[in-house]
Parts: sequence; structure tokens; C-alpha cells
Amino acid sequence: MKNLKLMATTALCALTGITPALAQVTELGAPEGQVSIVAWPGYIERGETDKAFDWVTKFEEASGCKVNVKTANTSDEMVALMNEGGFDLVTASGDASLRLVAGDRVQPINTDLIPSWKTVDERLQNAPWHTVDGVHYGVPYMWGPNVLMYNTEVFKEPPTSWNVVFEEMDLPDGKSNKGRVQAYDGPIHIADAAQYLMAHKPELGITSPYELNEDQYKAALDLLRAQRNLVSRYWHDAFIQIDDFKNEGVVASGSWPFQVNLLKADGQPVASTIPEEGATGWADTTMMHVDAKNPNCAYLWMEHSLASNLQSDLAVWFGANPSVPAACTDGRGMSTAESCTANGMDDFDKIRFWTTPVSNCSQGEGACVPYYRWVSDYIGVIGGR
Amino acid sequence: MTAPAILPARGLADRLTGLFWRHPRVLLALLLTPPLLWLGVVYLGSLAALLLQSFYAIDEFSGVVKEEFTLKTYGELLRPSNFDILVRTVIMAACVTLACAALAFPIAYYAARYARGHWKAAFYLGVMLPLWSSYLVKVYAWKLILAKEGIIGWAAERTHTSWIIDGLLSIPGLEGSSLSTSPLGTFAVFCYIWLPYMILPMQAALERVPTSMLEASADLGATRAQAFRTVVLPLALPGVIAGSIFTFSLTLGDYIIPQIIGNSANFIGMAVYQLQGTAGNIPLAAAFAVVPILIMLVYLALARRMGAFDAL
Repeated sequence: MKNLKLMATTALCALTGITPALAQVTELGAPEGQVSIVAWPGYIERGETDKAFDWVTKFEEASGCKVNVKTANTSDEMVALMNEGGFDLVTASGDASLRLVAGDRVQPINTDLIPSWKTVDERLQNAPWHTVDGVHYGVPYMWGPNVLMYNTEVFKEPPTSWNVVFEEMDLPDGKSNKGRVQAYDGPIHIADAAQYLMAHKPELGITSPYELNEDQYKAALDLLRAQRNLVSRYWHDAFIQIDDFKNEGVVASGSWPFQVNLLKADGQPVASTIPEEGATGWADTTMMHVDAKNPNCAYLWMEHSLASNLQSDLAVWFGANPSVPAACTDGRGMSTAESCTANGMDDFDKIRFWTTPVSNCSQGEGACVPYYRWVSDYIGVIGGR
Repeated sequence: MTAPAILPARGLADRLTGLFWRHPRVLLALLLTPPLLWLGVVYLGSLAALLLQSFYAIDEFSGVVKEEFTLKTYGELLRPSNFDILVRTVIMAACVTLACAALAFPIAYYAARYARGHWKAAFYLGVMLPLWSSYLVKVYAWKLILAKEGIIGWAAERTHTSWIIDGLLSIPGLEGSSLSTSPLGTFAVFCYIWLPYMILPMQAALERVPTSMLEASADLGATRAQAFRTVVLPLALPGVIAGSIFTFSLTLGDYIIPQIIGNSANFIGMAVYQLQGTAGNIPLAAAFAVVPILIMLVYLALARRMGAFDAL
């Protein structure tokens, strides 16, 4: 299996023409005075939104590198900005990172120059979404699970299975789940369906929800078509989902800890769980542009992103999990063991991280259904086809 | 001998003035080049790029765009799931336009013919006011109003009229767990958001209908209904059509309202937005984007035949 994966990766490399160990920085020079970063909104805070959340000012004082942030709202925007150039770093998610590597937009990272690299969660150090052929193309930033959020007044006990959002049934309050559950309005939700089938239809032989052959893919779509009858609106924007839980009578849905925390803070009766089937999740990586103009400041920032209060405070701010496990407990920031557990820190092994489905997968060349078909078919499913 | 009465040029500006005076075409070219470049390169150029992309197709196997001319992508538009999107969008645009016209006409008629002085100003303000606040704020506000536990649902429950809403929501095609998740909600919000674009051109057209003609028709013995049907309506028609062009094309292209209100079923704009993204299926996105252009061309041709542009 591992061999197969390796072969697939090698094939992908041959196909896309990645040559490993491109020129990488071998030693650090004097800081250039600035660094520009493409980041998700809320990822790089300098105390302007909320005074308590600041992981930039101290870095600027200590390193002399001014931090310029360009926020991007989607992975596609990030890829587009990196293709344009002019930036040093990007906080890329799993659906963008390999595209950036394949497109030669990012350069390998010399982990010897980042002293805190060894503090990174070992399970993330060689994660396939930033490591190609043993070469690291970035430094893990943050990760989080896609949890099952539920209304505690309806579910006295946490639901143990995703079936509450996939199959028509009566919820514990005696009423049907029809019209009272939601699903994510993105084609990647097909992976959630596939993951559900992994547990409930083992005869399909799904090994990864992101690598589906035609039969497995068809089964996942059929499940989603049945789900369409239960879902009155798919969620796309975190704040719309929050509103739907408050005003629309929605009681269960796949969600992010971000929404769960905000709703709880608002006094709403919600909680979240990771059901027995496991969950999908996202993991972001700080990657460095191939033509970065400020490599020294970029390296200093990558070290800062692991060593400072950033991991700990950002985890609280964003409802995510630090890539450096020590950040939960060593008091460098606001995270505590409890807050990390609430964000899903202990559930790493139950999570299958987001990667872009490609046609050449571990099942063979061209054996899997590529992402563009996920998009057009999911449009059809939501349209009632 | 006296020197000819030519004043020495006093600098660059003078020389330029002289040049423009001797060669007026130079000035014309200078003035026209920037807007023409804008129109030609940026505006038409991007449209041409769009058209070009729509004739490419994505390789089924690798998901890479193949730069060869083919009609395959347009063929994909006819696949049931994609065709649904086109039909859904056009029906919605047509319904919204008809409803806006029906709602706007009495308002525009009153504002144009009866409102005077302060009232007229108040009318203008009332129509324009919604345009001053953010589009997104208005859509989110409507989401709250239409929500299951929103004010409409609450009022219906208090007055024991929930059965009306439930009845509407059980009509096939309009189902939803509340107004805000039903196509009815999408329709209502579209109507609200685009209504000013219908009222304003209508009002302008109605104001141009001369009162003398109405008096003449009365003198000739026409009843009010007859006068309305044979005088006011035909003369105001260009305004109605101008307004309908706005509401129709704006609904065809919008992708934010159906994303926030409604049952998440795709409209053309949403499909374009998704397809050009991570999917990288730019040819299909471009083909989708060409459809509203074609529909509007047909619509404008029909409007022209009905005389919508005669007043221009």
C-alpha cells in the first residue's frame, strides 16, 4: 500500500515534472526588513481586531521585518495570488498546497534553518500535502476537524453516527430530521459521504474518501441524492450557518469548531462531536514562494510561527489546533489542554485531511474521479438530479 | 518691411494649441484613444477571451484545458443537470421581471402624475433609499425576516395563518422548510432588490406622457380605462421595457441572493463561480457565462422591435 502510494507520487512527479531538491536556502543572511504573506482572514492578527490577539508586533520588533498581509478568501484566490508573484509566504490549505508544488510556485524548505521544526507534531512533519518525495515544501501552520454540530436540546446524548445527516430518521425529540439538517455546499462534501460509506458499506472497498473509483463515487453520489431530500439549505458561509442554527430550526450539520465556539459564546444550546465514522478536516501549511524577495525574513517568520505565542493564541482565536502540540500546555499563549480538546486536538487520528482528488491515485493511473467532476456532479445533486 | 504678424510661440502649451488648431483630427484622436482602448481592449477583449475559452474543452482524463476548438463544452450545457440551471435561472428572471413590473407600475404612476412638492421628493427618496445601503446587508436582513423563526413566521403563528405559508411551501417546486429556504424566498428578495431599477425608468417614461394627450382623449370621449390602455400604456412602454432589461439581466447574472436565500439549487452565476474555481473547468464556466449574453441579445432585439429605444 505504502509502496503503491510512493509509486503514485513518483508518477505524479514525473507527470508534473517536479524535480526534488530544487535550490533551497542553505544559510540565513541579514533580514531584509519586510515579509509579505498571503493568508486566510483572521490568520495573522496584530491586535487590531482584538487587543488580546497579537502575534505580529513582537516579531516585527525582534526581527526588524515588517509584516505585510494580503488576505485571500478561497484556496483558488491564494493560488492565483501566488501565481502572480510578489509574495514571500502563503498559508495554503491541503487543496492548494500540492497545486502550488506542482506548478513550481513554492520552494523546498530547509528545515535545519528552522530550530523549532522538531517541535512540530510528528504526524504533520511528513504530511503528504506538503511533502513530496521526502522534500518539505512548507511548515505546518494550523489544522482543524469538520465536526458534527448538534442542538443539545434535541440530542440529550451526542449523536454517535453521521447517519443523522445522511439518512431520513426520527431524531430523539420524535420529529423527523427532514428539513432540520444541513450539509456543506462544496463538492468536497462528497468525501464526507464516502467516509460514511467506508464504515457502512465496506464491500465498496473505499480506502480513502479522496480517492474514489467510478463505483465508489457513484455510491457516494447516491447517498448525497438521498441527503438532498433532507437538507433545505446547504451551508457555504460560516455566518449563514450560525444564523440557520439560531433562526431556521436546524439541529444537526457538519461544521467547524469556529461556528460551534461562536454559537456557544452566544448562549445557544449547541455542542459538537466526532462520530464513530471519523471526520474530514483541513490542515494549512506556510509555504514559501519560489522567487521570494525576502527569504531571510520569511524563514524568521516560519520559525516565529512555530516558536511564539502564535500557535497557542491563534488556536483560540480561530477554533483550530496548533501544529506544535506543546502550544496547548506550556502556557506560551491562551490555549489550555481543555481548549485544545474542545477544538479536536485529541482526534487527529480520526481525521482524514482534505486533499484535492486527482485521477491518478493509489488505485492506479486514471482510476479515480478527478475534482472537476466532483464539482459538476455536486452541482447536479444540489439541483435535485 | 514689417515682420508677419505671427506671435512667437510661448511654450509647449501654445505649440500644442497650434497643432490642434491646424490638425483637429490629432485632438480628436487623442481624446478618443483612451476610451476606445478601454472599450476595445479591456471590455471587448475580455468578452472575446470569454468566448474563446468557451470553445475549448476540459480533458476528461487529466482535467487539463485542451486548447483546441470544439463544441463539446456547449454540448455539456445540455446535460440535464446543467440545463436545469439555465431553465431555473431564466424562469426566475422572467417571474421577477413580471412581478417587478406589476409592483412598480402603480408606484411609478402615482409618483409621476399625482405626487407634488414634498411628496415627490419623499417618493424619490423612498425609492432610492434602499440603493444607498449595502446589498449584502439587505439580503441578510431578508434572510432573518423570512426565517422559520423570523417575523413573518411569528406573525403567521400569532394570527393562526401558518397554514397559508405551509400551503405555499407544499406546492411542488416551491418546497422548503421555511420561506427563506424556498424558491419563493429567493423570488421575493430578487423582487425587493431590483424594484428601484424598474420604478425609476418607468417613472421617467410616465412623466413624459403629455397631459394634453390625456385631455384630448377625454374630449374625444374615451373612458379612463380606454385612455390608459390606448394612450398611457403605449407611451410608457419604452420605460417598462427599459426597466425590465435591468431586472431581467440583473437576475440572470446574480449569484449572491440564491446563495444566501433559497434551497441552494444553482443559478447561472453560482455555477460560473464554482466552475471557474478549484474545478478549473473554465471552458464550461465560460459557456455558462455566454448564455445570459445570448438571452439578453435576443431580449434586446425584441425590445427594439417593440420600440423601447425609440425615445433615445
